[in-house]
Amino acid sequence: MNHRGKILTVTVALLGLAVLAPFASAYLILLITQALILGILAMSLDILLGFTGLPSLGQAAYLGMGAYLTAILATHYDFGLGWSFWVVVMLGILIGAATAALFGLFAIRATGVYFLMITLALGMCVWGLAYRWNSMTGGDNGINLPARPEFGIQLADGVTYFYVVFGFFVVSLVMLYILVKSPFGRSLVGIRERELRMRVLGYNTWLHKYIAFVIAGGFGGLAGVLWAHLSGNVSPQVVILATSVDALLMVVLGGPGTLVGGAIGAGVVVSLRDYLSTVVPWWQYVLGGVYVLTILYLPGGLMGIPERIRRRRARSRSPEETKKLQSASH
Amino acid sequence: MLHRLKGKLGWKLATGCLALGMGVSQTSTAAEELRIGFVAPMTGGFAQVGKDMSNGFQMYLDEVGSNFAGAKVKFIVEDDEAKPPVGVRKAEKLVLQDKVQMLVGGLLASTGYALAPVSTRLKTVYIASIPSADDLTQRQSAEYPYVIRTGWTSSQPSHPFGEWACEQGYKRIVTIGADFAFGYEVVGGFQRAFESCGGKVIQKIWPPLGTQDFGPYIPTIKKDADAIFTLMAGPMSLQFPKQLADAGNKKPVIGGGTSYDEFVLPSMGDEVIGHVSVLQYSAALDTPKNAAFVKKYREKYGKVPSYYSESNYTTAQMIHEVLKKTKGKWPGTQKFIEMLSAIKLDAARGPVHLDEMKNPVQNVYIKKVEKKKMFGYEKEELWNTVIKTYPNVSQFWKYGKTEFLKQPVYSRDYPPCKYCE
Repeated sequence: MNHRGKILTVTVALLGLAVLAPFASAYLILLITQALILGILAMSLDILLGFTGLPSLGQAAYLGMGAYLTAILATHYDFGLGWSFWVVVMLGILIGAATAALFGLFAIRATGVYFLMITLALGMCVWGLAYRWNSMTGGDNGINLPARPEFGIQLADGVTYFYVVFGFFVVSLVMLYILVKSPFGRSLVGIRERELRMRVLGYNTWLHKYIAFVIAGGFGGLAGVLWAHLSGNVSPQVVILATSVDALLMVVLGGPGTLVGGAIGAGVVVSLRDYLSTVVPWWQYVLGGVYVLTILYLPGGLMGIPERIRRRRARSRSPEETKKLQSASH
Repeated sequence: MLHRLKGKLGWKLATGCLALGMGVSQTSTAAEELRIGFVAPMTGGFAQVGKDMSNGFQMYLDEVGSNFAGAKVKFIVEDDEAKPPVGVRKAEKLVLQDKVQMLVGGLLASTGYALAPVSTRLKTVYIASIPSADDLTQRQSAEYPYVIRTGWTSSQPSHPFGEWACEQGYKRIVTIGADFAFGYEVVGGFQRAFESCGGKVIQKIWPPLGTQDFGPYIPTIKKDADAIFTLMAGPMSLQFPKQLADAGNKKPVIGGGTSYDEFVLPSMGDEVIGHVSVLQYSAALDTPKNAAFVKKYREKYGKVPSYYSESNYTTAQMIHEVLKKTKGKWPGTQKFIEMLSAIKLDAARGPVHLDEMKNPVQNVYIKKVEKKKMFGYEKEELWNTVIKTYPNVSQFWKYGKTEFLKQPVYSRDYPPCKYCE
């Protein structure tokens, strides 16, 4: 599939979702909304993992910062429950980015496993803060938010909130897409492939990685704001390592370096976890099996499936034909 | 359960996508069906406690053939994995998809706390049968008009226990409690009552939830204390008394209910004999009603019921009482809450009725761990023998509602440790 075809497919899929969603049951709409929010988180992580080659295990920290900011502003200061919701969205993005800017100073210098460990540790710091700072975060009990914001439209309505989240999702997708297609995004891919070469070519690779880290944090913060209002309760459980691991697995499942792959992974995980778990008690084995099979047989994730099929077809053809096909596709 | 679910799976998977897309709901809305959504951990570290909870409820349903005065009860259990966000999602599923009339359960205080706003948002009754976060029926009660508690508040048994500790002549006590909100509330309630009758809490130790080695904490316990107050949860309950005994402790040990409840007691060793704890239920409560309950439960599930089972059994009974009055008709959410709040019941744990903030007023039992034979069972086992009963204890104890609600909720720093050295 060529480039334009891919964009067209994604556009049609999103339009289809927007048109069909209101006809779904209330619970399904809720799950889709949740998948979209986690999709934003997964896409933000994909910038790091898929495009820059930085496997971050601390993405939940930014989600948590956004979510706790929303909850604290709403409960302690009655802020963000009307038009000011949009201010909170901006603040959520800023606090996610600011946290990443701080963490990045420690994390970016490391690579590979060390980067993984440092982001994990920094993520746990945020968890510790949420768990310990009782007067602000309510400790283990967390914070219950009041009803969702209302400004002409009522976000308390499930469908309305879905459309708001959908809007944020589309905007995030477009922005991140523009980012990865920009010269900056290209240089991130260059760093992923061979950092030393990029450095020799005169790129400030540290700065590139740092900026990517901050941007990913910002989108993580956005996901946090939306998550807080979806769930109505923010507790340290949101910030635990499992959330970060989930985000990582969503990206791996969907296909790293594809952006939409993260969103697809989020959709698969949410439907397995929140739908299948209401149907069968052994849903965890299914989820585990899906992870193992993906990693074993689909290194490119679910988004890699079309590519694999194409290659298999090409392999069954004669070498000359394959060559022709390849030159035709370019 | 598993079998039923497996049968369902066949067509569910086959029509899965279609059903998803169309939003098919499988619930028929027959007039006499009462749908109860039950949220409890069924997987993960707390799965066995969750089983105790659902078993208690299920046992009552089996007793009455799932028939509440003509209403057929549909009991739907969902697994919250003991994680508040998962609990929220499952509660939403139960209400939006299964169209349950009420939610019951939740285990952790934090889960109860997270489910409360769901009940407000979806205008559905939520009966907190176990979650004991104080503020659900105290300072934040007004925010959650659909929440009713049939269990307890964390600090409720602690207040009389403080007074009891004074009566024993304890002057200086060290507390060691799990470092989370439930721990703060149990310890806080005890400290307040104990200090208002002249006692002094001289040291508060907070090991993290899930601590497996108390080696670093036990030597720091002040040597001049008269007694040790413990509040453990889960596997911590087993580990702490063992290590304390190994360290050669000679001081009396007293504790909050979950340190010695019937869920952990059968796994404990003889080192806990003589330890005293407090709760609104003991399986060793020597009343005909409780004896019958314990025997029946043990025969059915092969273990002594814990308060997790009793509380849910009693909750089912209370719901039944309401439906008896309405002759099996669902009275509507508002009316149901009013009627449930007015129920007075002689339960296995003793007489129970709800106060105006929808929290039970009930007996609180001071219990001592003893090894003995009970209810005609052959073997000598550990039982929580009741040594003193404080009748009809309210969540506000003797402080009075308005006075009580003026103080902040118990936390790591409240009440402040005035006598800590």
